[in-house]
Amino acid sequence: MKHEVVEKNVGLMMILIVVAISFGTLVELVPLMFIKQTNEPIAGLKPLPALELEGRDIYIREGCNNCHSQMIRPLRAETERYGHYSVAGEFVYDHPFLWGSKRTGPDLARVGQRYSDDWHRAHFYNPRDVVPESNMPAYPWLFEREVDGTVTGKKMSALRTVGVPYTDDDIAGAEAAVAGKLEIDALIAYVQQLGTLLQTRR
Amino acid sequence: MASFWHWWIIILTTVTIVGITWILLANRKRGEGTTEQTTGHAHDGIEEYDNPLPAWWFYMFVITIVWAIGYLIVYPGMGNYPGLIGWTQLEQHREEVAAADARYSEMRSRYLAMSVEEIAKDPAVVKMGARLFGNNCAQCHGADGKGRYGFPNLTDDDWLWGGSADAIKTALLQGRRAAMPAWASVLGDDGIAEATEYVVSLNGRTADPELAAAGEKHFQMYCAACHGPEGKGNAIFGAPNLTNGIWLYGGTREQIAHSLRAGRNGVMPAFGDSLTEDKIHILTAYVYSLSN
Repeated sequence: MKHEVVEKNVGLMMILIVVAISFGTLVELVPLMFIKQTNEPIAGLKPLPALELEGRDIYIREGCNNCHSQMIRPLRAETERYGHYSVAGEFVYDHPFLWGSKRTGPDLARVGQRYSDDWHRAHFYNPRDVVPESNMPAYPWLFEREVDGTVTGKKMSALRTVGVPYTDDDIAGAEAAVAGKLEIDALIAYVQQLGTLLQTRR
Repeated sequence: MASFWHWWIIILTTVTIVGITWILLANRKRGEGTTEQTTGHAHDGIEEYDNPLPAWWFYMFVITIVWAIGYLIVYPGMGNYPGLIGWTQLEQHREEVAAADARYSEMRSRYLAMSVEEIAKDPAVVKMGARLFGNNCAQCHGADGKGRYGFPNLTDDDWLWGGSADAIKTALLQGRRAAMPAWASVLGDDGIAEATEYVVSLNGRTADPELAAAGEKHFQMYCAACHGPEGKGNAIFGAPNLTNGIWLYGGTREQIAHSLRAGRNGVMPAFGDSLTEDKIHILTAYVYSLSN
């Protein structure tokens, strides 16, 4: 085929471009969607309960993942600071995943149980109260707003369609489980379970 | 990896490399120098020469293809093929950790064999401890260890759970959970006001004698079990001394009344699962050195 034919025929060029760039996806991504090592949940992994799930959505809404990653790479400098490196099986129920790509703040993949709930409250209300040099924004409105539980069950059903094993009981009880909870309670519940399945000494 | 995906990766990768090599070579204009001939299109009067790719550019493509083939031979990439040197990310991590352990283990085991009181005087230990403290403790207790509202000061002589080396180490290993119940429903508003007045009087401040006298009855009934009959606290429960003017949650009437009404449940997280024994030992010595 002459180069000229491709250059002068936009439709053909588009098709060939898609073919050319799809090789990377086919080789590097598609096998990961099917092989056992990346699809199997690690021992003890459960779908997020209602309150934690709402906390996760607040985490997304407030854009926490813009400044915090949830991905500890297998490098000594990281495992010394944060704990065991992240493994694929920890994230199989995450839709979307919240690995992030930038660390303005520290990685949060194993922040669960590292600080007390009281500390998180003080820190979310005004990070400078506990960490004077922090440049994290304050989130005082989380202490005033209640979690909207009317859609929690629907969120669980939606996640179930992409493979998160929520039971009918989980979905039926979702609204009651978050009733009257403040957004800060949900966010702290979410943060306190992050990465707690893999404990290791560093 | 199942053999289907193994071959999938190998075949597609090979097809890609062969394909781009073919595209590169098939479109190469051989033996033509720079000419004045144009491609024929003109945009706003700008025309394009129809010249071959510069040689340096062509050879850059060739180098990337050769590099890719070499890389796929030496490193893992082709399905299950482990690569000539057998490199893996996890093995590299293990080696890094092992090298660091080998380098530091002798020093750490030497310190581990010595008592906390002894190594707390060693400037090298204090320096290492300060680093560990900065990464693990400073978020609550402050970089200087002086604490803040709700998080204890570690530099003074007042200890909730005891300031001995053993007590500090236990706190680090197992964490601490304070459990002051909420008294609002037991004491009622008047009872809270009376008990507050008594607690205010405990550290020598002037208090309404009548209210304080009533408050003392509540105190002996409900509070003395943990805080002691004289309010001097008890390290077994982490109950603070109420007579020395050091307040974790503030010492104004309002703050004391709030603590009484709602209770206090301060938590120190456990580090026994996440930090190794030698690091806990050094950290204990650092915390010990802050007040000794």
